[in-house]
Amino acid sequence: MAAIRAYQADLHIHTVLSACAEVEMIPPLIVAEALSQGLYLIAITDHNATANAAAVMEAARGTGLTVLPGMEFQTQEEVDLLCIFGSLAPALIWQPEVSAHLLPLQNDPELFGPQFVVDAEGDFVREELSFYQGPAQIPLEEAARTVRALGGLAIPAHITRPAKGLLGVLGLWPSALHVDAAEVSPNLSPLEARQRFSSLADIPLITNSDAHWLDTIGQIRTIFFLAAPTITELRRALNGVEGRYFRIS
Amino acid sequence: MKLEKIVAELDLKVLAGAAQLEREAQGCYIADLLSCVMAGAQPGQLWFTLQTHLNIIAIASMLEVAAIVVTEEAPIAPATVERAAAEGVVLLSSSEPTYETVAKLIRANY
Repeated sequence: MAAIRAYQADLHIHTVLSACAEVEMIPPLIVAEALSQGLYLIAITDHNATANAAAVMEAARGTGLTVLPGMEFQTQEEVDLLCIFGSLAPALIWQPEVSAHLLPLQNDPELFGPQFVVDAEGDFVREELSFYQGPAQIPLEEAARTVRALGGLAIPAHITRPAKGLLGVLGLWPSALHVDAAEVSPNLSPLEARQRFSSLADIPLITNSDAHWLDTIGQIRTIFFLAAPTITELRRALNGVEGRYFRIS
Repeated sequence: MKLEKIVAELDLKVLAGAAQLEREAQGCYIADLLSCVMAGAQPGQLWFTLQTHLNIIAIASMLEVAAIVVTEEAPIAPATVERAAAEGVVLLSSSEPTYETVAKLIRANY
């Protein structure tokens, strides 16, 4: 059995494909900053979009940093759900499902900021005009089910935030919802979160930076103890099985 | 005012709780963020919302609001309607936006 070692991880990072992210959030700079922060595992999670994940994966090749493709999906109820995949193939199945359910609006770059697809060097490829800042008409439970059926991790983001956080929007943990973990803000410890919301008792709670600009990458992280930086290993660590585990920083 | 009269005045569709329209309602609460509703809505009020997630039924039942009024004919999944019926929650639907629906209520001297 491979030795289990610590992977400093930040599983919630935006790129210039998110209208609200800074223009510096391009693949080579994200990879350089992640490495300088001592991270070994990151996930790229743009709002309702995955098109920049491959470029960040390519930029990280050979550096020792593992990049997982993902998305910060906004459900029909306006709850943000991190969807993290082990490879591009399931992400490429999930993306058209999301795109088909977006609001029929165009992004206004003046108002929200532009949404750029870039290559591994960070050079401009195209601007996306889909309205990624709004919800897609897929219910939360169904989205989580689909992502998990594709082998991905479903993790509601910043759950105690009033806007787009699961508990802020839906008040209670939905009884029919099955997810792999939940992301809490660092100013609310897992202990406090579970005291306030008893429904979180059995849900692994992790923390991430939700970086929209470079200098926040890795400022909030989770340390996973894994045999390899894969989605299967992450799932084991979240469940605390086979000697894998995690702790928040 | 009795729910029965409110349904007639506002031209609402009764999706669940038809047997409970004798219930009295007093006051209103309007919000879609369920954490706000949990903190702010009072027993016996009418709660107007566009949120149709299953959780609205649990919250309405917990808070004992008189009825939920979903406005703008926001689509409601069958599971939500079934749960309302099972929990004894009155679930009503308005074809108009919240403002127009509530304006009618005020004109009816609610």
